[in-house]
Parts: sequence; C-alpha cells; structure tokens
Amino acid sequence: MTSKSAVKLSAVTGAAVAAMLGVSSANATTLEDVNSSGEFTCGVSTGLPGFSAPNDQGRWTGIDVEVCRAVAAAVFNDPEAVVFTPLTAAERFTALQSGEIDVLSRNTTWTATRDNSLGLNFTGVNFYDGQGFLVRNDLGVDSATQLDGAAVCVQSGTTTELNLADYFSANDMQYQQVAFDTSAQSAQGFESGRCDVLTSDSSQLAALRLQLSDPASVKVLPERISKEPLGPVVRQGDDEWFDIVKWTLFAMINAEEMGVTSENVDQMRDNPPNPDVARLLGQDGSYGEQLGLSNDWAYNIIKQVGNYGEVYANTVGMNSPLEIERGINALWTDGGIMYAPPIR
Amino acid sequence: MLRPSTSIPRRGRGPLWRDPALRALIVQIVLFAALALFIVFIVDNTLSNLAQRGINTGFDFLDQRAGFGISQTLVEYTSNSSYGRTFIIGLLNTLLVSVLGIVAATIIGFVVGISRLSSNWLVAKLAAAYVETFRNIPLLVQILFWYYAVLQALPSPRQSLSLFDLFFFNARGVEAPSPQPLPGFDLTLIALAVAVAATLGLAVFARRRQIRTGRALPMYRIGAAIIVGLPLLVFLVSGSPLDWSVPELSGFNFSGGITLIPELAALWVALSIYTAAFIAEIVRSGIMSVPKGQTEAAQSLGLRGNITMRKIVIPQAMRVIVPQLTSEYLNLTKNSSLATAIGYPDLVAVFAGTTLNQTGQAIEIIAMTMGVYLTISLIVSLLMNLYNSRIQLKER
Repeated sequence: MTSKSAVKLSAVTGAAVAAMLGVSSANATTLEDVNSSGEFTCGVSTGLPGFSAPNDQGRWTGIDVEVCRAVAAAVFNDPEAVVFTPLTAAERFTALQSGEIDVLSRNTTWTATRDNSLGLNFTGVNFYDGQGFLVRNDLGVDSATQLDGAAVCVQSGTTTELNLADYFSANDMQYQQVAFDTSAQSAQGFESGRCDVLTSDSSQLAALRLQLSDPASVKVLPERISKEPLGPVVRQGDDEWFDIVKWTLFAMINAEEMGVTSENVDQMRDNPPNPDVARLLGQDGSYGEQLGLSNDWAYNIIKQVGNYGEVYANTVGMNSPLEIERGINALWTDGGIMYAPPIR
Repeated sequence: MLRPSTSIPRRGRGPLWRDPALRALIVQIVLFAALALFIVFIVDNTLSNLAQRGINTGFDFLDQRAGFGISQTLVEYTSNSSYGRTFIIGLLNTLLVSVLGIVAATIIGFVVGISRLSSNWLVAKLAAAYVETFRNIPLLVQILFWYYAVLQALPSPRQSLSLFDLFFFNARGVEAPSPQPLPGFDLTLIALAVAVAATLGLAVFARRRQIRTGRALPMYRIGAAIIVGLPLLVFLVSGSPLDWSVPELSGFNFSGGITLIPELAALWVALSIYTAAFIAEIVRSGIMSVPKGQTEAAQSLGLRGNITMRKIVIPQAMRVIVPQLTSEYLNLTKNSSLATAIGYPDLVAVFAGTTLNQTGQAIEIIAMTMGVYLTISLIVSLLMNLYNSRIQLKER
C-alpha cells in the first residue's frame, strides 16, 4: 500500500465514522421517533408484583406498567403500543441514557443525584413509598432498633442500600450487608437463611412476602426509615416528551379527583358535569394539541387504562393480592398527598 | 547472479519516494496519526455528547463518600469511605478469590490429571468421571448450585453445627477462631524468617554436596524440623504471646473469630472444581507428550516410580503444560466476575455494579474495570512466561 492510498483510506474511514456518530448528536425528538415506529419502549423491573411483573399469561401488569400503557393510549390511542424491557436496578439508567428505552417506569426513587447528574428527568410520583424491614417471626424482633448485629439482604445499586448504611450508623448499630443483583435474588437469600432481615421499599416487601413459600412466617417491622418517591423517568433535553409523560400521570390523578372512571368516561364526555371535566376530556380548549397530541388524549387514557384510583386498586390496592392501603397515596382531598396541577 | 555493487542506486540519490525504507516509515507514521486522531475524535465526541445530555463526567466521584456497606472487606472500610476505596475493596476481593482459586485448582487439577493415568482402574475412572462431569456443566450453574443448594442445607446461626466449640458452620458461613498476637510475638515471626533462610541455605549446600559426593540429605525432613521447631521453641520460651479470639454467639450472629462468608466459599469451590477439570486434562496431555522411552530409560537406570515421575517425566511435561496453564489461570481470574450472581463483593459486583449505579458514571467505571482485568491478566501472563522460559528445554 502506498502512502497516498493509505491516507485516502483513513480519510474515508474517518469521514464514514464521523457521519455515523454525527447522526446520534442531531437526532429527532422522542415523539417523532416513536410516531415513526408506531410504539415506544418502556423499561420495567425484572419482576416485582404490583409494580411490574408478567402475569400467568405472560402479560405485563402493575402500577408502573399501567403508566406506560397510559402514555401509549395518549400518544397512539392504543394502550398496547408499548414494548416492555425488563431491567435490573443496575442497568436501568444506562438503558435510558443510551436511548434503548424511552421511559423508565421501574419503581425508581426520585433523588437529587439521579435527577441532576445523570442526564435524566423525573416526571412525577406515581407511588410514595418508604423503606422498611422484613424479618422472620421466630427472630423475636418488634422494632428495627433491635437489629444490632443483624445480617441484612439488600438489592445492590439502590437508594435502599444507602439508607440502610445511614440508618444503622445513625442508631449506632452494626450490621452485615449482603447485596444481590435483583430483588428476587435478595428475597431468595433471605429465605435461604443467609440474612436475618430483608430491607427494601415497604411496598416491595409486601410483594416479596407473597413470593415466599410461607408468607405467614415473616412480618414487616413498623419503622419507615426513608422517603422513597417512585416515579417515571425520561431523558433530559426533550421537553416535549417530558411533558407528555408528566401530564399523562397528572391526567390520571385529575380524573380520579373529578370522579371520571373508565366506566363513566363516555357519559362524562358527552355530558360534562362541569368545565373541569370538559377540559380534561377534550370538549373545551386544545390541551392535547398543546402537548403535540390529539385533544382526546386524556379520554383515551381513562377509557383504555383507567384513572389513578382504578389503576392503584387493581395493581397494588384492595383488588390485588398485595392489598396495600392508599395511605399517603390517597388524593389530597382524602387526606393523602396525591395532587396534580389543574388542566386549564 | 552477482552484479557489481555500483549498479544499485545509493540512498540519498534519486527521488525520495523510490526509497522503500523511507516510504514504509511514512506509511506507518500516517497510519499511526490517523489512529491517534480517530481515538481523539471518539473521546471528544463522547465527552461532548455526554455534556450535551447533562451527564456528569470525570473522575471526581472517586473522592466522594460511598455511603453503602460491603460484606467482606480485607482492609478498613466503612460507609463513610470514598468511592475510590470501594474500587480497592473490590479489587482485593477479586484478587483474593482468584489466588485461592488458582492454588486449589492447580492442586486438584494435578492430582486428578495424574490419577487419570493411574494403572488402578477405579482411580483412573473416577478421575475421568470428575473431568467429564465438571467441565461440561456451565460455571454459573455450578456457582449457583454451591451457593443455594449448600446454603439451604445449613442451619441458622443459633442452631450452628459446631466442632469442639471452636469452629461453627451455619448459613452465615464458617466461623473460626482467629489469632490475636500479643506484644513479644514479633520474636516468633523473626525466628520463622531465620528458620526459612537457614533451610534455604542448607538446601543449596545439600544440593552441592550431592553433586560432589553423590550422597543426598533428607532435606524435606530436616527442613520441616527447622521451620516448625525453631519458631515453636522461641514461641514457648517467650511465654506463648498469642491469644485466640473464639467465635461466640451474641445476638443474631457470632462475634469474634474470623468468618468465611458463604459467597466466598461457594465461589472458591466452584471456580476451583471447574478449572481443575481443565487443568487435569492439560496435565494429562503434558504427561502423555513425554515419550515412553524416557520412563523406560529411567527405569532401566534403576530409578523408582515416584523419582521417575518427579525428576524425569514432570519436568519434561511442564513444557507442554505451562502455556496452557497460563490460559486457565487467566480464565479463572476473569470467571471470578461471575461473583455478582451470588453477591460476593468482587470488583464487578461492588465497583462496576453498586458504585456505577450510585454515581451513574458508567464510562469511567467500566473503563477502569476493564483496565484492571487487562492489567491482572498481563501480569499473570508475564509471570507464567518467565517461568516457562526457565523450564524450557535448554538447547545446547
């Protein structure tokens, strides 16, 4: 090879690579991308009942899953136009950053570091949680303050892991941490006797407890040692998509507050009882178009997926095996802290 | 055909591009520059893309507080230590299980490999069954087997199986007494060093004497007597300055003594047994590569079986064994990253797992982790190559 052809070849290769990489820096918006492919990708957990887990027919169910279906209903008028990608805690942020998924809805705690330094944005909170401890009854423990010296199973790479260390050092107690990759593995570690205590968000403990061979032999201790606001996450820098995901959740919460359900939504649309409902269901104003969607976006969400209260009841609440009380997840009008800005 | 040298154009005459050496040099410089530019471009592109997406970059995170616990730490670590410290902890845990695994796999591998060539039918078939079983089951499955199957069978700490009330076996691992040196124990350590040095010196002397006179000293016995005897004598004379911390049940778990955590035990056993199956085959191939004539010649000189093996067969077999053994050692070290499946805090689980996820600095952390495995592998290769060149056939 002469020097001339070598130069030419490397110049061509360089240009080709530059062109290839150039594409990624000047890409289309997420909404344009998902509109052209007809579906979007939603990152969920590898299996956490109530939040995101496949049921016995292999269909993904759970409160986090329904948020993604609601986005699909708003954007495509089809709640099934979404592909679910199971991710471990350690994979989730990289998958979103790299564009492998478009929404991360995976019981993810909203923290300053995650919101500010990872190039991500939290769109809201679909479940307010707190970290708790699960112990075997025969351990004879009634309070987390009696756990000095215990071996604790925890899922690695979570806020849980950090809260655990803070709680034990704040209470001047010793512990031995055993960190596993997935919540199923940490539950297995707990069940096999490797640990005295399993710690996680208390809703997850309720779910994991159901997976144990003898759920009656264990109990959740009363202490809640942290604030864990869980919510959907999108990539930073695409405000249009960020707004769509954010307002999808707000629409579901507003619908519950207004008493609009999947059953009465047709009737409500045809005869809106008040201007609020008319605006929500696209009978007044152009609130869907402001988001780059059709004006019946919220109608589609509620008709096809349900309002927040319905979704909660069917996935984690009283109509589900988990039977978690609304608690602070009740609407602000019912003594909880679920509150959405008005649609007007 | 010979031509007069004057017919070849001298360097410096004629156009530059006619000079093949110069031309080759230019091509290399251009290619190197293109490669360097390409790398600079990739790095710059990545950094600007990351910045554009608002993702933090750089290595500042290494000084920040980690804030999480780790189940096995060979050096001081608390949740107040830095992320940089978690790197060290993970690295040491990886090295620990790798070294333990390499030692055990080598011993098991040699025993099984030699057994497979045994004239005893039962021993040979058992060794063959071992090799065929363990090298044909995926390593991850074996690790999970040793971890979950064995762990499930062990009792809780309060019902521990105990051995003389000193050793305890339970689902939290193996608890053993640990030595606590008191002041004055240094003397024993010095005595041990002196004994080892004396033994080495004596071994050199014995070897020279054997070459000169043909008489051998029973070095194994003498050496063992010196290395055990001298420190023991000093230890007793200086008033036994050593205390034992015996594990004791307090609260939920044992305190005192040292604990072998089940994650380490499972990973160590699985890595050793799996790699040993491959080493056994390498050993067998090495031994079979030594011509039978060598054994027959040794026997006709009147050498006994085990001396024939030790002095004639194995040294020649090593030339075949060592290069492949290097590969197995590298494999074992890299396979130790499967630790993450059972929660053993190795480099991948702690640093490329938890630390990556807490800081979100994927590119920096994965690059550091890859660099570590590359460095470990190159060092192991280097050492094995040095050893290999020492045992190579000396061509005279």
